[in-house]
Amino acid sequence: MHMADALLSPAVGATVWAGTAAVGGYASKKLKVQINDRMIPLMGVMGAFIFAAQMINFTIPGTGSSGHLGGGMILAILLGPHAAFLTMASVLTVQALFFADGGLLALGCNIWNLGVYPCYLVYPFVYRPLAGEGRSPGRLLIASVLSVVIALQLGAFSVVLETLLSGRSELPFGAFVLLMQPIHLAIGIVEGFVTAGVIGYVAAARPEILASVAAARPVAAGVPLAKVLTVFALLAVLTGGAFSWFASTHPDGLEWAIERVTGRGELSEAEHGVAAVLRGLQEKTAFLPDYGFKADAAEPAPEDSAPAWPGIEAGTSAAGVTGAAIVLVLVGLIGLGIRSAGRKTGSAP
Amino acid sequence: MNFHTQYFDLGRLDRLSYRKTAVHALDPRAKVIATGLFLVTVVSFPKYDVAGLIPFLLFPVLAATLGEIPVGFILRKVLIVSPFAVFVGIFNPFLDTRTVAVVAGLPVSAGWLSFASILLKFALTVSAALLLVATTSFPGVCHALRRLGCPSIFVSQLLFLYRYLFVLAEEAMRIVRAWDMRAFAGRGRGMTVFASLVGVLLIRTLDRAERIYQAMLCRGFAGDIPRLGTLRLKSGDLVFVAITAVFLGACRFFPVTEGIGLLAQGIWR
Amino acid sequence: MSHHIIEFKEVCFRYPDGTEALKGVSFRIVHGESVGIVGANGAGKSTLLQHLNGCLLPASGQVTIGDLNLTATTRGEIRRKVGSVFQNPDDQLFMPTVFDDVAFGPLNLGLDEAHVRERVESALSRVNGLALKNKPPHHLSAGEKSAVAIAAVMAMEPDILAMDEPAANLDPRSRRSLIGLLRTFRHSKLVASHDLDLILDVCERCIVIGEGRVVADGPSEDILSNRALLEANNLELPLSLQRR
Repeated sequence: MHMADALLSPAVGATVWAGTAAVGGYASKKLKVQINDRMIPLMGVMGAFIFAAQMINFTIPGTGSSGHLGGGMILAILLGPHAAFLTMASVLTVQALFFADGGLLALGCNIWNLGVYPCYLVYPFVYRPLAGEGRSPGRLLIASVLSVVIALQLGAFSVVLETLLSGRSELPFGAFVLLMQPIHLAIGIVEGFVTAGVIGYVAAARPEILASVAAARPVAAGVPLAKVLTVFALLAVLTGGAFSWFASTHPDGLEWAIERVTGRGELSEAEHGVAAVLRGLQEKTAFLPDYGFKADAAEPAPEDSAPAWPGIEAGTSAAGVTGAAIVLVLVGLIGLGIRSAGRKTGSAP
Repeated sequence: MNFHTQYFDLGRLDRLSYRKTAVHALDPRAKVIATGLFLVTVVSFPKYDVAGLIPFLLFPVLAATLGEIPVGFILRKVLIVSPFAVFVGIFNPFLDTRTVAVVAGLPVSAGWLSFASILLKFALTVSAALLLVATTSFPGVCHALRRLGCPSIFVSQLLFLYRYLFVLAEEAMRIVRAWDMRAFAGRGRGMTVFASLVGVLLIRTLDRAERIYQAMLCRGFAGDIPRLGTLRLKSGDLVFVAITAVFLGACRFFPVTEGIGLLAQGIWR
Repeated sequence: MSHHIIEFKEVCFRYPDGTEALKGVSFRIVHGESVGIVGANGAGKSTLLQHLNGCLLPASGQVTIGDLNLTATTRGEIRRKVGSVFQNPDDQLFMPTVFDDVAFGPLNLGLDEAHVRERVESALSRVNGLALKNKPPHHLSAGEKSAVAIAAVMAMEPDILAMDEPAANLDPRSRRSLIGLLRTFRHSKLVASHDLDLILDVCERCIVIGEGRVVADGPSEDILSNRALLEANNLELPLSLQRR
């Protein structure tokens, strides 16, 4: 499932975008240096292929619901990690712009979730070792299913993390994970089978095509293990540092986290937890001016009787509703006015 | 959404993007930047703020009306992609049940506020993305991205994808139609058949890639896609971005909606 | 002028799957000739044309275009002289707009911006396609795509034009426009087609290919009125010559 702008906070969105842009820059550089000319039209048309293939639905046996092809894995298998990453990124970009599937800010998250994991983690470290030369259909099937399942699990879990850190949704971590992971396990198994099926079909019908595509890939198309491990070690240090800082600025943060996972719904605490992270990030980065969590600092334990959220006090909330109604009417009138003015002057083609 | 709906929607949005209106004539870079600012501002609103988001509706309304994009079309597309956000957001009212206000005698819980905020943000961000393409054309957006610093290999990739999107979608449509004609009542629609049909599409795609490559070679292709630079910023574009930034900033950092409401209340009294 | 001569000497070609597509093809075409290539499906017409632009290299024998023998090193140079129009215009129009497509060739030839614009304008006006300049290719009809594909090739000002089934997807009017256009192109032309009436209208010479070999080579009027020869090669008399 795609991440949406509405569930995202600017801090999370910007951070993941930075990561995605960095990977994109890396992939672009690698391709420029090593690319075979043939790859350029090939990547473009493969992107269009994934897009078109995603529009075709099939029924999943036993459930009657419909499934479709994701594509990250099949691209990685055919084009190699760098080309596949850029192609997947382009597919997601076109989806975001034409189908508004996943927002433009969330695009960074979606490219990370659906591009980085299949191309740079799963393909080199799961698929390649398992599939070997790709000649045995049995090995191909196992490799495909495992690869797609793992890639989708990583992607789904990332969506959970991104949503949680953004703090727009109330869903507790435990419940969200229990919803996302099993669904994506099922989707992954199906997509893994389909991926193996498609590759197997092409390998049987036109083996020389796969050979020539493989020949078009840059010679040193592998992902250097040392570099990947270094990046992930760095990420681990950063994440560890972030969590420990979070724990130190918010002493009951760990308890909060444990409560969350075990499902005890102390939601007001949860508000604080996530809000504290946001506030902390703001203070550290001065990213956006303080927009109203001052009240929390003053009153760590909110009381039910007089909530101190700005704009939601009894007096101003009425003003807020009135104002909202007026603005809505105004905006509607402006829209209608422009529309009918356009018709009068006959500017509609 | 079934195949045919998606395909025709795609075509419709694409055709709308080539019209000529005042909005279409703005420099694509200005529109990309304005949309980016808009998205960041909307998304930065805190969890429970609903009133503050309302003035932002002006942006898509202006873009759609001045750009002559049918509002119903945009709304329908917003609805179609809403399931995930709604699905996640709908838990808010049930999980966050603290009453935070009483409006017209009815208690309103914080969860409903945050859910409304999510929905509003969703409508705003999705329509902004759609309207960007609808008023700029996809190649326009791509050229803007390139001039704004995106790696040219990625921009070329986007343009190629776009060029062959409709060609391949049409091939896929022929396959789907043939499939429809011979698969009945739930039979013959399973994974195996799907895999072979997609396999056929893949083979045709790879063959096509080879032919395109040969055609490119025949016209002198040697690795770089040549480009003629044609974008030039006009003063109108800069004014547009400036006004947008000011409006966005004002609505974000000042309680405009409440202000209007208080004003109305004051006048009423 | 020697740089416009096309010569095939005992050219043989075999595809990777073993099919022998050309088994010793020889002919000579001089400057300004327009030659039709006809034959049954699978006879080798497309394969022959693909040797003209260096997409394929002969397994044995020699292809000479102007002063150059076709080899892997010379084919880049040869491509500057030979403009190829393929069967499917969608494969040839790969840029976001018509203008970009027609400009692609001249830009790759190294011309500066002003010259490129000139070439694009003149090529498009030759095919009556100036109005299409800023449209994306997928908004064009089949006839318009064909016209633009030809313009894209003509913008490179090639000495030789090679076309594979140019009228295949065209409605009668577009086909008639194409015929008119081809008759204005004064350089050498090779047109492979099943549309024998088009060949009759456009090409004064005709080569019949059968099973990878040249079966007949002579004036179109003679060859295309030779019923026995045509029928032996899965062809018929052009419709305009058939008695009703």
